[in-house]
Amino acid sequence: MRRSTRRKINVILAEIALILITMVASMPLFLAVSISFQTPKEVFSYPPKLFPKSLYLHNYASAFDLVPLARLILNSTIMAVAITLGKLVTGLLSGYAYANFEFKGKNISFATLFATLFLPAETVMIVPLFLIMRKFGWVNTYWALTVPFMASATNTFLFRQHFKSIPKELEDAARIDGATPMQFLIKILLPLSKSMIGGAAIINFVYAWNMYLWPLIVTMEDNMKTVQIGVKMLIDAEAVNNWGVIMAGTIVVLIPTVVMFLVLQNMFVKSLVRSGMKG
Amino acid sequence: MSRKIIPYILLIPTFLIIIIFIYWPAVYSFKLSFYRISPFGNRMIFVGIRNFKNLFHDPDYITALKITAIYVSVSVALTIFASFFIALLLNMKVPGTPVYKALLFIPYAISPAISGTLWSFLLNPVVGHVNYFMSKFFGLRVEWLTTKPYALYAIIIASVWKVMPFDIIFYLAGVQNVPDDLLEASTLDGASTWTRIWKIIFPLLSPITFYLVIMNIISFMFSSFAIVDVMTRGGPGNYTTTMIYKLYLDAFAFQKTGIASAESVILFIIMTIVTIAYFYFGERRVHYQ
Repeated sequence: MRRSTRRKINVILAEIALILITMVASMPLFLAVSISFQTPKEVFSYPPKLFPKSLYLHNYASAFDLVPLARLILNSTIMAVAITLGKLVTGLLSGYAYANFEFKGKNISFATLFATLFLPAETVMIVPLFLIMRKFGWVNTYWALTVPFMASATNTFLFRQHFKSIPKELEDAARIDGATPMQFLIKILLPLSKSMIGGAAIINFVYAWNMYLWPLIVTMEDNMKTVQIGVKMLIDAEAVNNWGVIMAGTIVVLIPTVVMFLVLQNMFVKSLVRSGMKG
Repeated sequence: MSRKIIPYILLIPTFLIIIIFIYWPAVYSFKLSFYRISPFGNRMIFVGIRNFKNLFHDPDYITALKITAIYVSVSVALTIFASFFIALLLNMKVPGTPVYKALLFIPYAISPAISGTLWSFLLNPVVGHVNYFMSKFFGLRVEWLTTKPYALYAIIIASVWKVMPFDIIFYLAGVQNVPDDLLEASTLDGASTWTRIWKIIFPLLSPITFYLVIMNIISFMFSSFAIVDVMTRGGPGNYTTTMIYKLYLDAFAFQKTGIASAESVILFIIMTIVTIAYFYFGERRVHYQ
C-alpha cells in the first residue's frame, strides 16, 4: 500500500519534471518558428510575442532574396548526399573486411583507423588540409567539400559489428553454393543490413549537412557556400537585426535534418548506440 | 580472386582517404609548425620550436587555453549530469514518454551554427524572450553576448543544448540494460531512490559515462567553433576565443601559417592524450549493447 503510493507520487513528479524540461528544451525551436511568421512590428513589440497574429510569409521570401539560399541548399545537398554515399560504401567494404576475413596487418590497420575517431581532421588540421587542397587545385570546388570526408571509423565499426552478429553458417552455406565473397556481400549481407544502413545514412547526412568550419574556409565564392554558412551570412546581411528573416532562413536550413530525424528516429538511435558502445 | 587478397582490396578506399586526408595533414602540420611561412606560403624559414615558444609567451594564447579548459569542463559536467537524469526520467515510461523523447532528441539533428543562432535570438537584449523573462522575474538586464562573464554562459548554454540529446540517447540505452532484479533487490533493501541512483545505477553506467565524456570533450573542443563564430566571434575582446577559434583566426585572418600549425600540433597532442586515456581506461569497459 505504502509502496504503491510512493510509486504514484514518483510517476507524477517525473511527469511534471519531463513536461518542464521538454518545454524549456523545445523553446528555442518553437520560438524560431513563431518569430519566422511575425511581422517586423510584432518582432520588436515589447513584451515579446509568443505567437504570430497571422502567417506572415514575407520573411521567407526575404531570406531567399538576401542570400542565395536556393543555391546554398543545392550545394549542401550535393555535399551531404556525396559524403553519405561515400561513407556508406567505404564503411560497408571495410566493415566486411574486418568482420569476415583474417589477414596480416588486421589489428594494426584497425588501430590506425580507430585513432582517427579522435582526430576530426576538418577542424584540428584545417591548415595543412587547406594547403593540400590548394596543391590539388580543389579550393572552392565540390571535391574539397566531399572527398576528404568519404571514409570514417564510425561507419567501419558500425558495419563490422553488424556483420559479426550475422551467423557464420550463412557464409559457409553461400560458399558451398559457389557464391564469391562479393556476391555474398551484395546478395546476402546487404539485404540483411537495411536498417543499419538507414541509421548510418542519417548519422552521416546530419554530420555533413551541419559542417561549418571546413566549408567556411575552403569555399571562396558565395555560390559555393553551404547552408550553415548561409545562416551566418543572413545574420551579417540583416544589419538592422530583423530576426524574423534570420529565423525564417534558419528554419529552412534545419527542416531537412530534423524531419528526417523525426521520421527515422528509431532506426537512427539503434545505429548511433551501436556505433559507439562496441568500438 | 583469392580470399587472401580480397580484404586488402576492400580496405583500399577507406585507407586511401584516411591516409591522404587525415594522416598526411597530421604529419604535414608537424613539419609546418617548425617553419616561419610567408602569407602565401611561397617562402619558408626553419625556426625550430620558436613557434611553440612564441605561443606560450603569447598572453592571448594562454587566455585561449584557460577559456577552453573552463568552457569544456563546465559544459561536459552539465551535459553529463543533465542527460543522466533526463534518461532516468524517460526510463520511467510515464505517459507521453515517446513525445518527450522525440522533442528532446531534436537538437541532435540541429547544427552548432543554428544552435548559436537560436540562442543569439533568445538572449538578444532587445527582442529576446529569455532576456525578457530574466528581467521580468529576476530584474536581470544583461547584454548576454557582449559582456563578461555572460558571453561565456551564453556559449555554454547553446553548446549543452546541442550536445545533450547525444548523451541522453546513450544513457537511455544503458539504463534499459540495467537488470530489473538488481533494482528490485535494492528497493527491498530499503535503499532510497537517491542512494539507488548514485550507488547502483551511476556506477553501473560508468563505461558509458566514460565514453560520453571523451566524445563530449571532442564535441566541445571543436564544434564550439560554429557556436562562437555565430554568437560572439570570440568576444568581448578575446574572452570567448577558444583554442579552435584562435587557430582559425591565426591561420585565416592573420595568415600566420606556421603559428597556426603549431596550434594544430598542440591540439593534436591533447587529442592523443585523450585517445591514450580512452584505450588505457577503456580496457575495463563493460558492453551493454
